Amino acid sequence: MPTGFSALQLVLTADPALIAIVRLSLIVSLSAVLLAALIGVPFGAFLALVRFPGREAVIVVLNALMGLPPVVVGLLIYLLLSRAGPLGSWGLLFTPQAMIVAQTVLCAPIMAALTRQTVEDLWTEYRDELNAMDVGPFGRIATLIWDGRFSLVTALLAGFGRAAAEVGAVLIVGGNIDGFTRVMTTAIALETSKGDLPLAIGLGLVLIGIVVAVNAAAWGLRRAGERFAG
Amino acid sequence: MSMRASVSDLPIVLEEVSFASGGVTILDHISLAFATRAPAVLIGPNGAGKTTLLRLLMGLIAPVRGRVTWGGREDVEPTHRAIVFQRPVMLRRSAAGNIRYALAAAGVPRGERADRADELCALVGLNGLGRRPARKLSGGEQQRLALARALAKEPQILLLDEPTASLDPAATKAIEDVIRSIAARGIKVVMSTHDLGEARRLAGEIVLMHRGRLIENGSADTFFADPRTEEARRFIRGELLV
Repeated sequence: MPTGFSALQLVLTADPALIAIVRLSLIVSLSAVLLAALIGVPFGAFLALVRFPGREAVIVVLNALMGLPPVVVGLLIYLLLSRAGPLGSWGLLFTPQAMIVAQTVLCAPIMAALTRQTVEDLWTEYRDELNAMDVGPFGRIATLIWDGRFSLVTALLAGFGRAAAEVGAVLIVGGNIDGFTRVMTTAIALETSKGDLPLAIGLGLVLIGIVVAVNAAAWGLRRAGERFAG
Repeated sequence: MSMRASVSDLPIVLEEVSFASGGVTILDHISLAFATRAPAVLIGPNGAGKTTLLRLLMGLIAPVRGRVTWGGREDVEPTHRAIVFQRPVMLRRSAAGNIRYALAAAGVPRGERADRADELCALVGLNGLGRRPARKLSGGEQQRLALARALAKEPQILLLDEPTASLDPAATKAIEDVIRSIAARGIKVVMSTHDLGEARRLAGEIVLMHRGRLIENGSADTFFADPRTEEARRFIRGELLV
């Protein structure tokens, strides 16, 4: 049977092994994106609005962290969570939670940097109005995040793209354990090395499908939101 | 709807006020008082310093020399003043949502905001448009919405920066009607305009500015009937002040 056909069959018949891997991948990546958004978006907005000594240096470091190599993050998280590490007693190494932590570390700088840029641009437009309305610092941050929500979707998508495509960090801290920490990217790498191309291709197809679907949904939401909210 | 507050920001007094930015003098030793509740209109060509003066009256910027007092006090929080900018920024929410936002910023309890927003919509003639996205409104409607938003804090003093600039005659008339109705409620309106006709229609007092200097000020009737300065006479004749 041709490899491509077998791959398609796995996807269309909802092969249980494939579904389990896809499910865990989505849980890990979406959890990481959510956590990274909760950290990165307010921090980016804070950085956009608050002036303090060293702010420029923080922005430069933050922008540099967008290109953080996943294997290095994986290594750092591994050292933290390994039995001899400072957080070793938590027993998180080689668990999905460790993978979520690693992907959060990878995604948060991207979201913070993109949020800072979006909010700073919006602030130049809104500054006079919000000052005239005497809106306090927290109110400003909340307002700019809310009014920049359609642009900030891009930050979320960038974070999701990073998390969904990442393999190095989750491989190191998750261990690619079958049925426990195996996600799409690590499974694709493993199955390809084993020569099981149908499963690798099937997972690849699903991964691309998910990324396209999430982007399409976000685009649709953004268009609808702009139509109704202006 | 109450439009009064206990402590008055009037009179606003400017004493030898100067303002400069980037080495350029924008306001040059202005001494001026806004004491009555009659609408005051700032007129003068582009670059006269009208917008900067309004921002200073609002307290958004501080003079580099001289002092400004509101009701005899310096450094007064702008709780009794509101401003509408020439190009007001509409928040990304509905028209009523914009007003509710301003009401929240003014400390109005949540339970009262919907009714107050409806009242303000009606006051500025935006009935039925409350649910429309603010950024989808026409220029004139956005100006009226900005007025409603400014009125949310029940100001004693309302500063308007060229509120009818680039509006058609119908939209201009609608805005002028709202301004008259606001002034009739006892709110001190200080506005800038390029349009001498508008100044004649609305002004109780006139402030003529040119190149950051105060040329002439006083009652509108006197200013138009018997201007004291050559610049004022030329401006009234429609000649260009350069």
